Amino acid sequence: MIDSHLIACHDCDLLLKPPSLRPGAVACCPRCGATLYREIKHGHERVLAFALAAVVLYLLANCFPIMSLEISGTKVSCTLVGAALALWNQGIQTLSILVMATTVIVPGLQLLILLYLLIPMQLRHMPPYVPELLRTLQLLRPWSMIEVFMLGILVSLSKLAAMAQVIPGIALWSFAVLMFMMTAVFAAFDARRVWRLLPVMQ
Amino acid sequence: MSADQPHINSDADSATAKAPLTAVRAGLLNCHACGLLSRPTAHEAKRCPRCGAHLHSRKPDSITRTWALLAAAFILYIPANLLPVMHTSSILYSEDDTIMSGVIYLWTSGSWPLAILVFCASITVPLAKLIALTTLNWSVQRSSRWKQQERARLYRLVELVGRWSMLDIFVVALMVGLVHFRALATITAGPGAIAFGAVVVITMFAAMTFDPRLIWDPENNQDE
Ligand SMILES: [Zn+2]
Ligand SMILES: [Zn+2]
Repeated sequence: MIDSHLIACHDCDLLLKPPSLRPGAVACCPRCGATLYREIKHGHERVLAFALAAVVLYLLANCFPIMSLEISGTKVSCTLVGAALALWNQGIQTLSILVMATTVIVPGLQLLILLYLLIPMQLRHMPPYVPELLRTLQLLRPWSMIEVFMLGILVSLSKLAAMAQVIPGIALWSFAVLMFMMTAVFAAFDARRVWRLLPVMQ
Repeated sequence: MSADQPHINSDADSATAKAPLTAVRAGLLNCHACGLLSRPTAHEAKRCPRCGAHLHSRKPDSITRTWALLAAAFILYIPANLLPVMHTSSILYSEDDTIMSGVIYLWTSGSWPLAILVFCASITVPLAKLIALTTLNWSVQRSSRWKQQERARLYRLVELVGRWSMLDIFVVALMVGLVHFRALATITAGPGAIAFGAVVVITMFAAMTFDPRLIWDPENNQDE
């Protein structure tokens, strides 16, 4: 038996009747205060636009150097993958994998999954493996750390500025914009709307 | 985000004086992935009828698993702070940096806003997170009814800020990636960085295995 007219708070298990909200409003649990869901104004074409822009920024951020350093005539520049490779070559593979996973692999997978879901849905077609991919998207969420990495760039920039001349690269600006774009993507993506389109097995 | 946050008025809300009606008491299971409520049938494996996720009324062995992860994180917290995270060698000098000495360096070189930021992200947050999760898990194990709302809020805060501790790992990675001027200066990562990365990842897992619904369960069972 399915009780589709009720929801339960994910943080305290309280049974609730989900109210219909004005667009942009947030539903909070009356017992524990957890955010239950927010009513998102716009359709998924907006998410798709943000996601496509994010893909371009993602490619720029990963292909170009983040910054260059100049000490007495020698210039060294470094991409994100280059930094992870340097860690790998020093024998610290665990850290290398951790850095790659949280800044390259997870955000890349998130964007791929979103495009895979949203492009067919724009064409009124439901692709296969939607439940699995939505669950993966939810699982990946805490491990995407673009914004933390951006702060890491700023801290290392100021540390390095003390010892050499530092030149910010294209990827630095791309990461800064990508950070906002990823936030915009997930603020506009309404997973509930996709879940509701899926059939419930009786 | 919208300014107003309308609260839900429901039958369950007005019944808070008695034990509130939860999914468990109603014999329903809430899907952690898609949010569908379903009534489990006895004969088959408990899977969500919409998305196929395994259903549990509470996260399995939440308290034990959280203890195990917290113990591992506490042990690793010591080498993470004592061992060097970064080694700088140049023609003039060579030095080992721990997380704390990195903060002190930032402070003395005049960039004190960054020093405060790194201090918060690398030292305050991991320790506060460990203490908070220990308190939460311990109170849940004792079926405490003490300050439930505050504990629920504390848990959400822990979930929110945990990731920012990765800051130092990213700084080390970038420094290592950039500074390799053979004779002039080279930076290598130290063993402290591995321990520190492990602390961040393990505490994130600990926050995920902790089940916040356990905070409210003593109230659910009050008239039984
Ligand atoms: Zn709640
Ligand atoms: Zn489900």
